[in-house]
Amino acid sequence: MKLTRLAVTLLATLCLLLAACGNPTAENKPSPISLNVFAAASLTEAFTEISTSYQQEHPNIHITYNFNGSQILVQQMQNGANADLFASADQRNMQKASSAGLVNKPEVFARNKLVVILPAANPSNIQTLKDLARAKTKIVVAAQAVPVGKYTLQVLDKLGKSPDYGTGYVEAVKKNIVSEEENVKAVVQKVQLGEADAGFVYSTDVTANVAQKLHTIDIPDNFNVIAEYPIAVTKTTQHSAEAQSFLDYILSDKGQSVLTKYRFLAPK
Amino acid sequence: MARAKPIRTIRPSLLTGFLIGVPAILFFLFLGIPLASLLFQQAPQRVWEELLQPDTLRALQLSLVTTTISTVLAVLLGLPIAYLLARTTFPGKRALETLVTMPTVLPPVVAGVALLLAFGRVGLIGRYLALFGITLPFTTVAVILAQFFIAAPFFINSARAGFAQLDTRYELAAYTLRATPLYTFLHVTLPLVRPALLSGIGLAWARSLGEFGATITFAGNFPGTTQTLPIAVYISSQIDLDKAIAIAVVLLAVSFGLLLALQLGQRKS
Repeated sequence: MKLTRLAVTLLATLCLLLAACGNPTAENKPSPISLNVFAAASLTEAFTEISTSYQQEHPNIHITYNFNGSQILVQQMQNGANADLFASADQRNMQKASSAGLVNKPEVFARNKLVVILPAANPSNIQTLKDLARAKTKIVVAAQAVPVGKYTLQVLDKLGKSPDYGTGYVEAVKKNIVSEEENVKAVVQKVQLGEADAGFVYSTDVTANVAQKLHTIDIPDNFNVIAEYPIAVTKTTQHSAEAQSFLDYILSDKGQSVLTKYRFLAPK
Repeated sequence: MARAKPIRTIRPSLLTGFLIGVPAILFFLFLGIPLASLLFQQAPQRVWEELLQPDTLRALQLSLVTTTISTVLAVLLGLPIAYLLARTTFPGKRALETLVTMPTVLPPVVAGVALLLAFGRVGLIGRYLALFGITLPFTTVAVILAQFFIAAPFFINSARAGFAQLDTRYELAAYTLRATPLYTFLHVTLPLVRPALLSGIGLAWARSLGEFGATITFAGNFPGTTQTLPIAVYISSQIDLDKAIAIAVVLLAVSFGLLLALQLGQRKS
């Protein structure tokens, strides 16, 4: 009993302490403007770095991200989520947002392409794209609803049309698919943990954090799908000038150099 | 077993009626309105059509099979543990009790990662299973394990509370009549804690049916093998929200039916 009381007291003290140290910031400054940026999950690392350098130049602007699958972000905005900027991993979802009257005119700020990733240990000894068709290879892709999942199917279609690979190859690869993940990071996770032998992801998903745990096989450009990333200021924003300024920053050399660092291709 | 006398209905005074009634009404509105808005979003026709879709049927079938197995496992393995925790003292018991509750605190996705790290192909235990050609991730067995991991604590805690509240004199009386411990447990103890067991089964089963995070992390998503109803709802919500809502209504209807059946079973005793 005594022990319980002691534990409760300790916990309560801890809570109080945490609450007390919680908010020394945000005092005695002119109330900063907060921008809510809804961005595709594949932009997580690059956008986080861009906002850090942007906020150093604009200390009065605070950027909060909501990273998720583009299709989920559109849904959240349709249901009234408070967004100032929307960056999509594909044109289709930006189109959806546009036709729902959610956003202003979008601009392409980056491009991306697909690669095949393997766990560093490479237990199935996969060396080329052809090896993906070997029986019992465990392949993980993103679900068709997710942009990268749709691109994966397009890549497979293109491979199927080439005489080097053919429809038999595509069927064998599709038979090896053991899971259709809900987003691209989940594909990376499964391969990185060694549970899957191969996965289709964006080349930008091979980030510094996971690069050592993964091998990459490039997909030749003629079979690859080049994804365009559009960004737009929302129509509901209260801070259109600030939102536009952040958008311009992303398009500027500074923003672009960060995107290149994270293996994005420059917009055409 | 003697039928327990129904508790005399209490006629509340105006004040207690008010104190009970107002929060109760608010609570039921808070619970009911979101559920009702799901129901009325779609015409029953649409829900019925959705139910007949092969992929929905497959997900429903998979959900029913896996949740039944995981609940049975929870009962078989959980019952002795619950009894042990309720009736005996041993060093480290408190720690064990806390451990049993941990999966309910863990965010399900983390639980899924934990299962991968343990039973995955390169996991602590999984790497040895792999030597025998057994790999669990992306299989229906993984779905069951994820549900069991998340839901078993609900059964164990409920059963433990039942055992703990039971007056040991009933069992002692049986012993004086020369009943063996096993006979006593099966014919005296279990019937007496039946309400607690049934409510535990209901909780564990419902939690398994709704399980999403640990399942998609540990077992992935593949129609027919690992795509349960909640995962089907989530995946289709990304392209077609109407379809997702229709499947969700199927999920709600199935769970409402089964939980109601359990409630009625409880009443009977």
